[in-house]
Parts: sequence; structure tokens; C-alpha cells
Amino acid sequence: MAGKSRTSSNMVVKDEVMISMQAVNKWFGNFHVLKDINLTVNKGERIVICGPSGSGKSTLIRCLNRLEEHQAGTIKVQGIELNNDLKKIDEIRREVGMVFQHFNLFPHLTILENCTLAPIWVRKTPKADAEAIAMKYLERVKIPEQAHKYPGQLSGGQQQRVAIARSLCMEPKLMLFDEPTSALDPEMIKEVLDTMVSLAEDGMSMICVTHEMGFARKVANRVIFMDEGQIVEQNEPEEFFQNPQSDRTKLFLSQILGH
Amino acid sequence: MTQNSHNSVFVRKVDAETLPPPQNEMGIRGWLWRNLLYSVTDYSSVSAALRSLAMIFFTVLVSYVGLTQLWLLLDFVFFSAVWSDPTGIKREACWTLSQGGTLPDDWHAACWPFIFAKLKFLAYGPYPMDELWRVNVTGLLGLAGLCWVLIEALPYRRLVGVLMLTAYPVIALILLTGGASEANYFNATAYIFVGLALITVGRLGQRDLLGIVASDFASIIGFVGWSLIVFQVLMLIFSVDVGLKPVGTGDWGGLMITLVVAVTGIVVSLPLGVILALGRRSNMPVARLLCTIFIEFWRGVPLISVLFMASVMIPLFLPEGVNFDKLMRALIGVMLFSAAYMAEVVRGGLQAIDKGQYEAAEAMGLTYWQSMRQIILPQALTHVIPGIVNTFIGLFKDTTLVSIIGLFDLLGAGKSAIADASWSSPVQAISIYLFVGFIFFIFCFGMSRYSIFMENKLSKSRSH
Ligand SMILES: Nc1ncnc2c1ncn2[C@@H]1O[C@H](COP(=O)(O)OP(=O)(O)O)[C@@H](O)[C@H]1O
Ligand SMILES: [Mg+2]
Repeated sequence: MAGKSRTSSNMVVKDEVMISMQAVNKWFGNFHVLKDINLTVNKGERIVICGPSGSGKSTLIRCLNRLEEHQAGTIKVQGIELNNDLKKIDEIRREVGMVFQHFNLFPHLTILENCTLAPIWVRKTPKADAEAIAMKYLERVKIPEQAHKYPGQLSGGQQQRVAIARSLCMEPKLMLFDEPTSALDPEMIKEVLDTMVSLAEDGMSMICVTHEMGFARKVANRVIFMDEGQIVEQNEPEEFFQNPQSDRTKLFLSQILGH
Repeated sequence: MTQNSHNSVFVRKVDAETLPPPQNEMGIRGWLWRNLLYSVTDYSSVSAALRSLAMIFFTVLVSYVGLTQLWLLLDFVFFSAVWSDPTGIKREACWTLSQGGTLPDDWHAACWPFIFAKLKFLAYGPYPMDELWRVNVTGLLGLAGLCWVLIEALPYRRLVGVLMLTAYPVIALILLTGGASEANYFNATAYIFVGLALITVGRLGQRDLLGIVASDFASIIGFVGWSLIVFQVLMLIFSVDVGLKPVGTGDWGGLMITLVVAVTGIVVSLPLGVILALGRRSNMPVARLLCTIFIEFWRGVPLISVLFMASVMIPLFLPEGVNFDKLMRALIGVMLFSAAYMAEVVRGGLQAIDKGQYEAAEAMGLTYWQSMRQIILPQALTHVIPGIVNTFIGLFKDTTLVSIIGLFDLLGAGKSAIADASWSSPVQAISIYLFVGFIFFIFCFGMSRYSIFMENKLSKSRSH
């Protein structure tokens, strides 16, 4: 499958930097959760982050939209530095979509309302336009017919696709995925991954924390392996899987791939 | 269809039939079975038989006691009650033979003519008779507005709601008091200018033009400015002489005062409680500390002492000649008191909201207030509807405590009606207490039913 459906890496715009993290460190109390993270992501890149549980993957991507605060180093998203300036944080959050492990849809709003909320309140889009945009993206994730249901009435896979559509409605420049398929029953994983693949094929920049190695092979142009708060290894997917360099990577891959 | 349990290989060849449920599950028979017979029909063993017999015994006992009590009540209130006093003999209409009246000696039931005679007093207290239409208009207006807001099918519900919270209180106050309060036009103008100045400062601060003033602080300054102006404009409106006879709050009483105190308390305590609850959970240490102190203080003192302090202590601190209306003081006491309780109820709801909801709202770029308004509060308040209504009902009944500071609420009016010797009889007190209790029950039960209706509606629309 590698050759044909592999998203070509020529979508990457080399000189347009989306994210730059330099010497980023973060602590939870005394616990040093991110250690000297240096990472540059160009426009159009699809990055998969993997690593054992508790290695700091979620914390890393949550720093990118300031759901977590880093204490040392600099993070720039689209050239805007993340610091305590609330206006800049809001500016970045408008451009960065996030999809969570547990979907985090708003249960008291219909699917359509979930999708129009941010455009209406954050982008000040008129309601009718916001609804048109929402329907466009609900069609994109193939559930326009569920628009007037509530999240509780949908299956897990459908909910996660709604969550993706909800993020897309803000027309973000970058999407962050934090283990989007880990809470799903096996038969629903594929529908979510398919949605993500089609997003990647359209050239969306994305950073995915996931253990779906098939997905990584198919769409990622870089795989990053984290352990104990550090980036241990990063490489192109073929190389990463076939020829891992570090012992920790080898151990991890043997654990998730081999049985 | 047979399945050999020893054989581990099995392939179904014929689909299992879809059958209707057993008779016991359906229809009237099913209902009777589940709710009545299920627990009393099992005699298959000694212990089951004993249990069934015990259930029969208790069912009969409880039904008997309940029904006889209900009969006693109905008999007292309706069947044996005296309903009219055509000859105008007042108290003697409810006297037995041995007391000098005409009723049989074992008669003991409600004395309705007494209640009919006191109805106006129970409703309005000593409010001047010729001006009662003002109270009626206020009440009807309020009722109409309330129904409009509560009935889902009507249009413009939001607009009506906003009017009920802004214009209605002003109209009600002018109608009930007659307006034409004293006003110091010079001071009012001065305050309005101060308010305008504060708003300007706030605006400039929000645009970072003043440098030092942080934008949060600027909005507070702006808010203070607005409050000042609104307050002064209201005072000016109240000072307009609309040609109504002034009626001081000292002349208010009965159900009217109960409703004024309860409705104001209910309407103010919810938003105030929400703000206090948010403050107590906020990241800002100062806001958190202030809200916590406020809540713990008001929860820590009994309402009676709050009211007592409001009526006795506050005047001691006010300068000579400043007369702060007694009802107003009680109102403020009740509002702050119930807001503290409300805050804790709302905080419980906030705690039940998953952290992911906050994060999703934040990640989309919603501001704090937007995410509270659109995401968190709608869910949190829905979770705690029973607690909120519980607080409302408690507040409604606690209004009876205002009689401690000399306000004649419904119960107080009832008590002073009992003191009327021209109606004195052995059933005088019990008649009026039953009646007053019934009025309280109607209001509280109504709130309870509406809350259950809301809960069902919300849970229906949101779950599977
Ligand atoms: N809010 C927090 N407070 C304290 N420790 C935390 C917090 N969030 C995560 N951690 C800890 O930080 C480490 C990294 O967490 P996380 O980034 O969620 O790991 P991963 O997503 O790779 O499984 C874990 O050991 C976790 O227990
Ligand atoms: Mg994680």
C-alpha cells in the first residue's frame, strides 16, 4: 500500500514554518514532563507522534494551543510567539483545530450547533453562513444526515467525525489530534482514520498523536518517537519502522507491532 | 434448534424467532402485576410466604391510615365546614350549641366565612382599599409575563423575558409605591457625570490606551460607571410624579409582600449565585477569596439574624436622617442569603462538568465568558435543576421570617387575622393556618412540578 496511496511529501512548503519549538521545557510541579523539545513543522507536513503512555505526547501538543503552559523555551505558531498575551493565544486558537481522545462534543447542543458555535462566536460569522459551512464539513466527514441529532445519539466513530468537522468549521491552518481513535471500538477506527487520511490528502498540516502505525505509514511524512519527555527519534516513516536506530524505539515498536 | 452444549462447534441454521413479551409485562395486567401483585403472590417457600403476607399487611395498613386521614381532612375542609354567614353574625356562625351557637356540639371543621371575610387582608395586608387595582395590575402583568416566558410555543419569549427583568420591576415599583419619591437633582446629575467619566476611562483602558489599566480592570471600572448611571436614572424615574397616591411599604402586607420578597429573592439569587460560584472556582485568587468569604459568611448565619440585623443594626450605622426602607433592607438580606446557597448548588453543577468540555471550548478560541455562557452553565444548571428549585422553595417558605422585623407577610397577616375578636371561635386559628398553608403549598408544588417538567424535557432532548 505504501507506494500508491502514500501522500506525496511535495505538499510540504519548505520555507513556510508553521510551528517552531526551541528548547521547550515544562514541569508539572517537580515532575519534568517535557525536556528540551526542539521541533520545526512546515506548512503541509503530517507528523505522527508516538511513544509509551505518560511520555508527554499529549502535553506536547497541548502546549501548541496553550491548553498547557510551557515554562522555558519558545514556541511560535505561524510566527506568533506563545506567551501570556491572551490576544495572541486567541489568535492562535482560531487557526489551530484540536481533536481529543474523548471527542469532547457539547452534549447539550445538536451536531449542527456544535459545529456553528465557534464560527458564530469567535469568527462572528452570520448564523446562516456558519450553518452552510457546517453542512459542508459534515458532508466532508460523511454524516450530514445527523446534523439535527444530539451527540449522545451517535456512535463513537460518528462522534469523532463530528469533532473533526467541528474543528474544520473554523477553517484551521493546522490540526492537532490527540489519540483520536484510542477510545473507539475496533470497527469504528477505520471510518475516523479514513477521514483523517482524506484531510491529509487535501494538504492539511497536522500533528497526530496516535499508535495507528498503518496510518503513520500511509500519510505521515515524519514520525516522532517520544519517551520520558524527550524526542528520542524522528525519521521518515519507512525508515522509522524498518530501521529504527535507538534501542528504546526498537523496544516500543516490538511491543506495539509484534505479538 | 437443538444445541449440544458438549460440542464446541455450533453453526446456527435457523434464526431464532422474535417473540412477544410474556403477558405479565404488558397492559393493565402487567401494570397491576409489577406494582401490586408481584410482591404478594409468592408462597413457594416459608420465607417467601411470610414476606408476601407482611407486604399485604403493610399495604392494607398504609392504605387504611392514609385514606382515613385524607377523609378527615376533606371532611374538615369541605363536607362539614361552614360555608356562609348569610345573617352576618360573624363569629357565632362557627359556634357550637354549648358555645352559644347553632352547630352540634361535636362539630369541628373549617370556618370559611371567616376566611372569606379576611381574604382581602390576607392578599394585600393594610394596603389602601381604593388603590388595590394597582396591586392587581402589577400581579396580573407579572403573571402574564411569567406565563409568556414559561410557555414554549409563544413567540418573542426572549424579548418578553428581558422586559420582565428590566422594565417590569420599574413599573411594578412605581405602581406599588406610587413613585414620586424625593430626589436630589443636583446630586443625581453629578453622579451621572461621574458615571460617564468612569465609562470613558473603562473604554480607553480596554483599548490599551492608558497603559497601566489592565483590560479586566477596565471592564470593572466601566461596569461601575454603568451601574451608577442606571441607578441614578432609575432614581430620577421613581421621582416622577405619575399622579398616583403614594403608598409606603409599611402599608404593604399579606401574600403581596410574600410574593415581592420571594420573587425578588428568586430572580436575583440565581444570577448572583452563578457569579459567586464562578468566582469561587476562578483562577484569580482575589476573586476566589472574596467569593468564598461571602458565601461562607452568609451560609454561616441564620436568616432570622440576618433580617434582625438588617432592621436593627443597619440603621445604627447609617447617618442621621437617612431612611432606608425596611422592606428594602429585608429584601437585600434575603437576596444575599439565598444567593450564597444558590452559589453552592451551582458550584456542585460546575464540578460535574467534564474537564474536556472546558478544553474543547478553550481550544476553539471561545473566551471565558463565552464558554461559560454557551457551554458550561447550560449543562451545569441543567444538572442541578432539582437543587435550584429546592433553594427557590426554601426561599419561598423562608419569607415568613420577615414577620420578625414587623413586615406582615401572608403568615403574619393570617396571625393578625386570628387576633380579630369579632371572629373568635375554636376553629378560627386552624382554619386560617390550613388556608395559608394551602396557599404556600400551591406555590411550592407549582415550582416543583415545573422543575420536573423541565428536567424531563431536557433529558428527553439530549439523551439516546
Ligand atoms: N495536569 C497534570 N498535572 C500533573 N501531572 C500531569 C498532568 N498532566 C499530565 N501529567 C503527567 O505528565 C506525564 C505526561 O502526560 P501526557 O502528556 O498525558 O502523556 P501521554 O499523552 O504521552 O500519555 C504523565 O506522567 C502524567 O501523569
Ligand atoms: Mg495522552
